[in-house]
Amino acid sequence: MSGIQIHQINKSFNKGKVQALTDISFNVQPGELFGLIGPDGAGKTTLFRILTTLWLADSGTASVNGLDVIKQYADIRKIIGYMPGKFSLYQDLTVEENLQFFATLFHTSIEKNYDLIKDIYIQLEPFKARKAGKLSGGMKQKLALCCALIHKPKVLFLDEPTTGVDPVSRKEFWEMLKRLQKELTIVVSTPYMDEANLCDRIALIQKGHILQIDKPSAIINAFDKTLFAVKTSNMHKLISDVRDLTEVNSCFGFGDYLHVTTNNNSTDENHLIAAITAKQHTDIEVKIIQPEIEDCFMALMEKE
Amino acid sequence: MADKVIITENLTKKFGDFTAVDGISFHVNKGEIFGFLGANGAGKTTAMKMLIGIWEPTSGKAEVAGYDIYRDMENIKKSIGYMSQRFSLYEDIPVIENIRFFGGIYGLSRAEIKEKSAALLHKLNLTGESKTLVSALPLGWKQKLAFSLAIIHQPKIVFLDEPTGGVDPITRRKFWELIYDAANEGVTVFVTTHYMDEAEYCDRISIMVDGRIAALDSPAALKKQFNAENIDQIFTHLARGAKRTAD
Repeated sequence: MSGIQIHQINKSFNKGKVQALTDISFNVQPGELFGLIGPDGAGKTTLFRILTTLWLADSGTASVNGLDVIKQYADIRKIIGYMPGKFSLYQDLTVEENLQFFATLFHTSIEKNYDLIKDIYIQLEPFKARKAGKLSGGMKQKLALCCALIHKPKVLFLDEPTTGVDPVSRKEFWEMLKRLQKELTIVVSTPYMDEANLCDRIALIQKGHILQIDKPSAIINAFDKTLFAVKTSNMHKLISDVRDLTEVNSCFGFGDYLHVTTNNNSTDENHLIAAITAKQHTDIEVKIIQPEIEDCFMALMEKE
Repeated sequence: MADKVIITENLTKKFGDFTAVDGISFHVNKGEIFGFLGANGAGKTTAMKMLIGIWEPTSGKAEVAGYDIYRDMENIKKSIGYMSQRFSLYEDIPVIENIRFFGGIYGLSRAEIKEKSAALLHKLNLTGESKTLVSALPLGWKQKLAFSLAIIHQPKIVFLDEPTGGVDPITRRKFWELIYDAANEGVTVFVTTHYMDEAEYCDRISIMVDGRIAALDSPAALKKQFNAENIDQIFTHLARGAKRTAD
């Protein structure tokens, strides 16, 4: 059995006072790009540490590429690549020395698996004599990815590789992941909901619970309310005005629109337009839209 | 000029032969929410650090809250609030001691601190939690407290450096409602973010590329100017043209 199997994993800290993960069960298929989507404190890093054999779960079982995370932990460590959320390379070694170090640790060489990292390493090559601590954020991230790949792992774990990274660098990072996916199974976590659509399947996770697991498109299709986008000339005032309407179920800012659902779930915009007009708004625009993953996440959070 | 709380003119910062901020000129109006955007390494942190008095500029002029940034830095510090990436609270001391600490740092008298503490605890619904360690508070409460403390001395301007990174989507939106409230009370808000949807909540935004301001206007005007559907498209268009990659 390859891929990843997770069954009923629980993990707590501080003698049970903080429940980090509750009954987590799911599978990742071989060759899949699987996303763990959730905010800080959701339990993403805890789950990564259990799967990468750094922590023990309180209960439950898990296997990576058919290997048990407890009984066969040493074998798992040989076939996985792990890029933790914090930059964990040697700051006072150069780019090339870091890569050399990780290759040697896994009894291999840069040359042997160069094909896998070539696309990424080419961008680092001009700086190969620079100390890792002196690299820019984007370059550090690329080096960390190369180091996690240098032994040609079967499964790659990436814990928030794009946090704090600007939107353009984030897009480039995901393009790299899409190319790598042809070679290995990838589990990646992110707090950015817009990155969910780039995964084959995602788990939405919050406070140690999985809210939903599915393909991004299926999660969007499962959104069971009519979603309206609403805009007027006074958006600050509009939020409280819309929330005051008794028929409104939820109302959140979304860029230059509000996203609104109603209790009766009607598909008629006119009622909403009339109610907003009565509150002295002008330039009113109301339209029915497709939800995004972030709409789904917030709806699921409110159900919890 | 009374309605402009930040004015810069050719503001420049060099580190050796590297020009981090390259002659930026802009202003921020009183009471507006001003979004300060840019890719990693574009120079926004450096620019912000000059405005809040952490770094002295290499050249150029700037006034913050009516004070010159070379001569009157101490007065500027009293007129501004600052909330850094994530939270600036002390996790291992109680809520009430955080309030006293920040009140003291921002120069409030003992009597003022006493009065403000009670009002703040009441406003944030934290009266029963005053002796709770900050580390035990839910994320959303911490964020409200951190923001309230950054404006406890009623500053003219509050600087928020990526205040919503990693926060869940509902808490993130509630935080923006706090920003609106502060702006409605006349506080000018200067905010950096990597969430492009949040840029839309600002009255005006600037986008920095390679140390310069490549675009500056209201979100609606920028979308018209660049013929774009959203700010993300404009950001991508401008940042892809960047020459430098250093942080």
